[in-house]
Amino acid sequence: MEKIYDVMILGAGAAGLSAGIYASRGKLDTLILSEGVTGGQMVLTNEIANYPGVEMIKGYELADIMKRQAKSFGCTLKANVKIVDYRLAEEIKEVELEDGRVFRAKAVILTPGGKPRSLNIPGEKEFEGRGISYCATCDADFFRDKRLIVVGGGNSALEEAVTLTHFASHVTIVHQFDHFQAFAHAVEEAERNPKISFVMESELRTYEGNGTLQKVQIEQLKTGERTYLETDGVFVFIGYMPNTEVFRGWVKTNERGEFIVDQDMKTNLPGVFAAGDCVEKRYRQVTTAVSDGTIAALSVTEYIRSKQR
Amino acid sequence: MKYLRTNIHEIETAAELQKILNENENVMVCCGRMGPMCIPVYEIMGELEEEYDNVKFYSMAFDSPESAAIRTAPQCRGFMGIPFTMYYKNGKVAKATTSIQTMAQVKANLDQYLS
Repeated sequence: MEKIYDVMILGAGAAGLSAGIYASRGKLDTLILSEGVTGGQMVLTNEIANYPGVEMIKGYELADIMKRQAKSFGCTLKANVKIVDYRLAEEIKEVELEDGRVFRAKAVILTPGGKPRSLNIPGEKEFEGRGISYCATCDADFFRDKRLIVVGGGNSALEEAVTLTHFASHVTIVHQFDHFQAFAHAVEEAERNPKISFVMESELRTYEGNGTLQKVQIEQLKTGERTYLETDGVFVFIGYMPNTEVFRGWVKTNERGEFIVDQDMKTNLPGVFAAGDCVEKRYRQVTTAVSDGTIAALSVTEYIRSKQR
Repeated sequence: MKYLRTNIHEIETAAELQKILNENENVMVCCGRMGPMCIPVYEIMGELEEEYDNVKFYSMAFDSPESAAIRTAPQCRGFMGIPFTMYYKNGKVAKATTSIQTMAQVKANLDQYLS
């Protein structure tokens, strides 16, 4: 007889790990499968200063603690797997991996999180790591005294642009709208910085260069005029999108692709729950993901116990 | 001195790196920091240690002066994203990559260059 877990959690970010901690602590036979790195977007965060009970911690350290906690309660965790098929509508849920292994469970919690948006324009793959970056903390010092472009208009874009001026000779912020979505203080700080200039209502169309990035083509959205801007690097901060594509059609989502769940984190499919940044909600923090994951695990526990009665 | 907290062994000195390259046919070294582009690669390497028992997997701190041999390798010219990941065959650089890599990309390089 093939092993059937009580619950399978798909994703190992803050929501998935929290669900894993609660489910395995609640004596459910629990498996976490993750297509990405353990810790999800916590790993993308340098310092976390507002996680209650912890004064200051590196994102990867908090993720590592959660991972060890889940494992200490008996949770099995397999990260960086490639899932090729999902069968979630049946009584026993199945997930098939690229290597042919099939995992089964009585219930599933979807915690796939989100992924950084990229521009998806010509030259992107060619120049990633050779001028295109998504992490100022990681790569800023490769661009000392160089010209940079930051794409985006949210808090991350404006704050990272200011950070990058400590390294670069000049930073040009390119944004598709005529106003920024960032908080006013972030906008003011960027506007006050003499090393930052702005190209508004514009989008990048191509990355070009020879071995390393040398210039980008920019379209002015109002006029349609395209011009080239020479640059040594482009940092892209245009937000995140939920990793829900593969589930759409079975699990109900809203117009932004976020799972629609009730207050117990139940989706429209019996035995299928969802938690974290992939669900429809207004605020996305580590703490809200932890809360979602906790609720989903407790709901799964109740779901499985009710089946046994 | 250790700078990283990875699940694979961290090489601390240039002499240790050279000794490892001298003594092993297939070596993969991820040279980075504890950041979002590097941690996924360390984790992938840790998970592949069992599957690729013909390859030795190591991390090395990008900010340590001891990793100069990797940072200044000709194969890394033009790299502007950490980690710098090196695949060594018989002590020579067979492949080098820049920035984050997926499991599929790492496995493809191991299969092509360190089989």
